[in-house]
Amino acid sequence: MSVGIVTATEPAMEFLAPSGAVWVRDLRRSFADREIVRGVDLRIAPGEFVALLGRSGSGKTTILRALAGLDGGVTGELYVPERRSVVFQDPRLLPWADVLGNVILGTQGSAAAARGAEALDEVGLAGHESDWPKTLSGGEAQRVALARALVREPHLLLLDEPFGALDALTRIRMHSLVVKLCERHHPAVLFVTHDVDEAILLADRVLVLSEGQISLDTAVEVAQPRLRSDHQFSALRSTLLAELGVDESTEGSTHTGDPIQIQ
Amino acid sequence: MTVVDTDRIVVAATRSAELNPDIAALPLTGAAPVFVKLPSGVTDELGGHRARPGRGRQRLIGVALLFVLWEAASLLGWIKPQDLAPPTAVVTTGAHLLSNGALLTALWASLQRVFWGLFVGVPLGALLALAAGLSRTGENLIDGNVQMLRFVPIIGLESLFVLWLGVGETAKIAMITLGVMFPIYVNTYAAIRSLDPRFGELADVLGLSQWARIRRIVLPAALPGFLVGLRMAMAVAWLLLVFAEQINASSGLGYLIVQAQTFFQSNVIVVCLVCYAVLGLLTDSLVRFIERVTLRWQPGR
Ligand SMILES: Nc1ncnc2c1ncn2[C@@H]1O[C@H](COP(=O)(O)OP(=O)(O)O)[C@@H](O)[C@H]1O
Ligand SMILES: [Mg+2]
Repeated sequence: MSVGIVTATEPAMEFLAPSGAVWVRDLRRSFADREIVRGVDLRIAPGEFVALLGRSGSGKTTILRALAGLDGGVTGELYVPERRSVVFQDPRLLPWADVLGNVILGTQGSAAAARGAEALDEVGLAGHESDWPKTLSGGEAQRVALARALVREPHLLLLDEPFGALDALTRIRMHSLVVKLCERHHPAVLFVTHDVDEAILLADRVLVLSEGQISLDTAVEVAQPRLRSDHQFSALRSTLLAELGVDESTEGSTHTGDPIQIQ
Repeated sequence: MTVVDTDRIVVAATRSAELNPDIAALPLTGAAPVFVKLPSGVTDELGGHRARPGRGRQRLIGVALLFVLWEAASLLGWIKPQDLAPPTAVVTTGAHLLSNGALLTALWASLQRVFWGLFVGVPLGALLALAAGLSRTGENLIDGNVQMLRFVPIIGLESLFVLWLGVGETAKIAMITLGVMFPIYVNTYAAIRSLDPRFGELADVLGLSQWARIRRIVLPAALPGFLVGLRMAMAVAWLLLVFAEQINASSGLGYLIVQAQTFFQSNVIVVCLVCYAVLGLLTDSLVRFIERVTLRWQPGR
């Protein structure tokens, strides 16, 4: 990836210039005197898949919005690739545009339609180009949102609990789809989730956000294909759950009973 | 099973208990279950209600019935012809007015006024709504004025218009223009204002240009409101037309009515009123047709 940075500070340049995608130092954000994000440092390498775990209300979305450039109220130093895409928790499709129109929204050029159709094919929705969003299921709509994010060939892909509203079966299929797409397009990914298993299944590295700071930053060493039955998997799950303040023995982990594994 | 009456339902329940000992083993607490047959096969695959074949016919029969009663009341002498002409007389009068060209001349004059009123008023209302909906400054400058003027009865402005513009066509068209502007403005503006702010965020993320934002997001979002406004505008236009033409005009349907009034021709008055009704119905169906074609994306269509 070429790094077209305007003027970065010395340490940022050191990381980004050779091979970096995201460099953030001392990110802070307050809402009405309440400091939600309290000095977050974050580095993501190109092609790296980073999961950001945290309880509901811990500030995950706030951080993601900051990286998306949607929040002018943050302080700190942030460098992100110019080309980045966001998939929100809701598909956020324009109801008056058909599926293809949604995918190529904001892309220009004569090849846009062809690229859009290709992206739809990648997410398994070939032939749905002229469907209205109202006819799509939740999973299909979210796949359209994924196609819309990918058609722009982002260097940074920001995913904000994109599968949070989907049923367990659809979610499993979406996991393998995301893995496949990331292998092909290789963007740097920040994947925000509150689901520990999801984070372990997908990520190269997991960050835990608590009290407005990154309290844990750990690489995921579980061998592929990652199985929940793998003891490394369950060890990491216990670590992460403990970090999140969940007592497994009394509260149970999120998806341990789930019999279907991602392959 | 098609279960309608209660006896059979209980029979059915008991029988299934005989066939299935598991059910029979269940303790019978309270009343036996009551079954209902749910409707099926009444909607098409898109979820819309299939037009019932009898519906249009029944509506027509309703209208025909009214005319029959009206005719009968006239024949029986309950309604005097100088008060209200019977339908048959209205039809012959209509045919007569058509053949001597009086009706078409009047229609043409009226249609032109409505057309120009809409032609100027609709874009003006829509542009004002866009200006107010798209920028804070526009909103501050425009919306207060419009909300204030909205409550001035347009009909009361007739005298001012005549004062400014004389008794010619311009005054009538100006009144229709103004009357049409308000429903267009109010509904279009409301639609733009109620646009989901998350779409603005989406536009930011996708880096849409200002023009793309307007074209891809604001305009389509405003369309349903605009079309509601358009339907109301059509109704207002016909209303103001009748009014303007009856005050002072030397042509048009309203003029024909005033003339008929001086000669006690209730049949001509009714013909003109029928024309208004038909024209109103036609313009309304036109907007509804546009709605059907352009708003197919809406849920529930
Ligand atoms: N625009 C806002 N105004 C006020 N408070 C906000 C705003 N956005 C987020 N917050 C607050 O910040 C906290 C973190 O929110 P968020 O980042 O959405 O959490 P998460 O995504 O981890 O569930 C919440 O307590 C929320 O109420
Ligand atoms: Mg969130």
